[in-house]
Amino acid sequence: MSLVADTSRPVDAVTAAGKAHTDSAAAFVPDKSRAERTASFDVADFPVPRGREEEWRFTPVKKLRGLLEPGATGRLEWDTFLPEGVTVSTIPSSEARELGALPPQDRAAVVAADVEKVTLVDIPAEAELTEPVRIRLIGDDATQPIHEHIVVRAGHHCRATVLFAHRGSAQYAQLVSVLTGDASDITVVASQRWEDDAIHLAQHDALVGRDATYRHISLTLGGKIVRLNANVRYAGPGGDATLLGVYFADAGQHLEHRSFVDHNTPHCKSHVTYKGALQGASAHTVWIGDALIRAEAEGTDTYELNRNLILTDGARADSVPNLEIETGEIVGAGHASATGRFDDLQLFYLQSRGIPEDEAKRLVVRGFFADVIKQIPMADLRAEATAAIEHELATTAYAAAATSDSTTPEHTSKEN
Amino acid sequence: MSTLEIKGLTVSVHTEDGPKEILRGVDLTVSSGETHAIMGPNGSGKSTLAYSIAGHPKYTVTGGTVTLDGEDVLAMKVDQRARAGLFLAMQYPVEVPGVTVSNFLRTAKTAIDGQAPKLRTWVKDVKQAMANLRIDPEFADRNVNEGFSGGEKKRHEILQLQLLKPKVAILDETDSGLDIDALRIVADGVNQAKDETNVGVLLITHYTRILRYIKPDFVHVFVDGRIVEEGGKELADRLEDEGYDRFLTAASA
Ligand SMILES: Nc1ncnc2c1ncn2[C@@H]1O[C@H](COP(=O)(O)OP(=O)(O)O)[C@@H](O)[C@H]1O
Ligand SMILES: [Mg+2]
Repeated sequence: MSLVADTSRPVDAVTAAGKAHTDSAAAFVPDKSRAERTASFDVADFPVPRGREEEWRFTPVKKLRGLLEPGATGRLEWDTFLPEGVTVSTIPSSEARELGALPPQDRAAVVAADVEKVTLVDIPAEAELTEPVRIRLIGDDATQPIHEHIVVRAGHHCRATVLFAHRGSAQYAQLVSVLTGDASDITVVASQRWEDDAIHLAQHDALVGRDATYRHISLTLGGKIVRLNANVRYAGPGGDATLLGVYFADAGQHLEHRSFVDHNTPHCKSHVTYKGALQGASAHTVWIGDALIRAEAEGTDTYELNRNLILTDGARADSVPNLEIETGEIVGAGHASATGRFDDLQLFYLQSRGIPEDEAKRLVVRGFFADVIKQIPMADLRAEATAAIEHELATTAYAAAATSDSTTPEHTSKEN
Repeated sequence: MSTLEIKGLTVSVHTEDGPKEILRGVDLTVSSGETHAIMGPNGSGKSTLAYSIAGHPKYTVTGGTVTLDGEDVLAMKVDQRARAGLFLAMQYPVEVPGVTVSNFLRTAKTAIDGQAPKLRTWVKDVKQAMANLRIDPEFADRNVNEGFSGGEKKRHEILQLQLLKPKVAILDETDSGLDIDALRIVADGVNQAKDETNVGVLLITHYTRILRYIKPDFVHVFVDGRIVEEGGKELADRLEDEGYDRFLTAASA
């Protein structure tokens, strides 16, 4: 694994575990600071992208056109499970902005926010939810564009997990604005298990409260094009944000994850880890990890990591970490990005213990994802993620002969 | 009763300047219950011999035969060799991120036996073997070799030897980097495996130290890709006193 770090400022050396893989990305130096990127609720501020723009250069924009025009009328079916005390209501979009929803940062997000009604998920202050808020968003039509803005408001000192489970077929531009109260502990899980024809463009923003803990976990397995931007800003010092992602791209899928952590406040932490596997012709994944440590953000501690495992020929993983540091008074900052194939030594070691090649590869892939999956807070979702990866692996050419009875998904999710 | 028979084995590795011959005709027979020590200076090809028998893709066999109970080992894939009864305790065991020791051991045991081990006896066996080798129980939940010290890696190799119960085990410098306490623990582990399963052992080492704890029936001196002298335990004692100089001059002469 290679370590790529911004060398223009003091950077903590971070030792990344793992074996040498081919380096897919040198630190990317953008022509302008992330701080200068447009953020606005005005659709006119974001021209329809043509594919050359910095924030769209990896995305197949030609396939998105209808979705990027304002005025969509379609709707997803909502299927919710709300623990006691949690409410879902509809508010005018003006009110969403007054609550503090952060402005959109690209064309897809601005059209998603250009709606009259916003759905508000309200978690009261000091609530300690023992069950997650479960929101299934189900589409049944991939031809009808849908724009949607959802606000999750979590009161101070509450603890909650909110699951957005995306299923079915849809053409969906989504803005999710998470406002976390002081000292709250909030986990948002976004599970993308769409059908093969779905397009999902999402911006998930969090404004992290003072001393609050925030986790965002993306699990992206299905869909034709999924582009999910998970962003963080801090409302006060002491915030701790963790952004995690697991993705698995098959032939023909474009799965893109971007994150932007805006360290605008002193003494905040951020930790970003995305791991992906790819297989099949033209499977494409993109990871862009932006972090900006502003001059006022003294005492910041941030680390961005992306690793990709390419399982078969013809797949492509783009990986671009970008760290901008405007103050030397930080605790740590680092990033690493590596894309590689199977490690021959690992496979030899496993095979030399009698484990057939297919099974050795499955074991390595499961192991590759294990550290992220074990941070998913719900056991059923961990099991689902593990089973979904098993399912993907079962369709891999090398894994065709399912001879193994040694490890079941339940075992794996428990032990790894 | 099993026999590993190596005849006229020649092996080369691929280098930038073309293939480089490393093993230059090795003849060796190891049967159940026997312990053969292979002793030789660094770079003489000991690990090459071990890896070639295990089937490491880096090494190309250019001549000779290797059979286990008459079966052609060289025709087998790496995992088939292990299932046929061969085991290699590696000089540099490999880290496998995200795969726990307990998952790894159970998966390997299942592969070797062709069926999953009975859960209750298995858990007991693993615990007992770990206790004997003074491996902390918490290692069961650690990732394979990740963050293990040199000695912990070697003990983990011997743990696998005990649990997988091979017919013939090759131990490649299992003694290197171990302090005297760790060496004793590891040697006890090997001796216990010998007592319990009558495993044939090919013990590769640079120093005679481990031979005080694991008694060899045969000692082979390995220099420059081949065996240059053979004898019993007394040959190891002689090497202890004289070193390899005598053989090195002979080989280069
Ligand atoms: N890939 C390689 N290219 C060139 N020489 C190699 C390569 N691998 C091993 N060798 C050489 O093969 C010889 C034997 O190595 P090895 O089997 O590891 O010896 P030992 O285990 O006895 O110390 C050494 O001289 C080593 O340098
Ligand atoms: Mg060696």
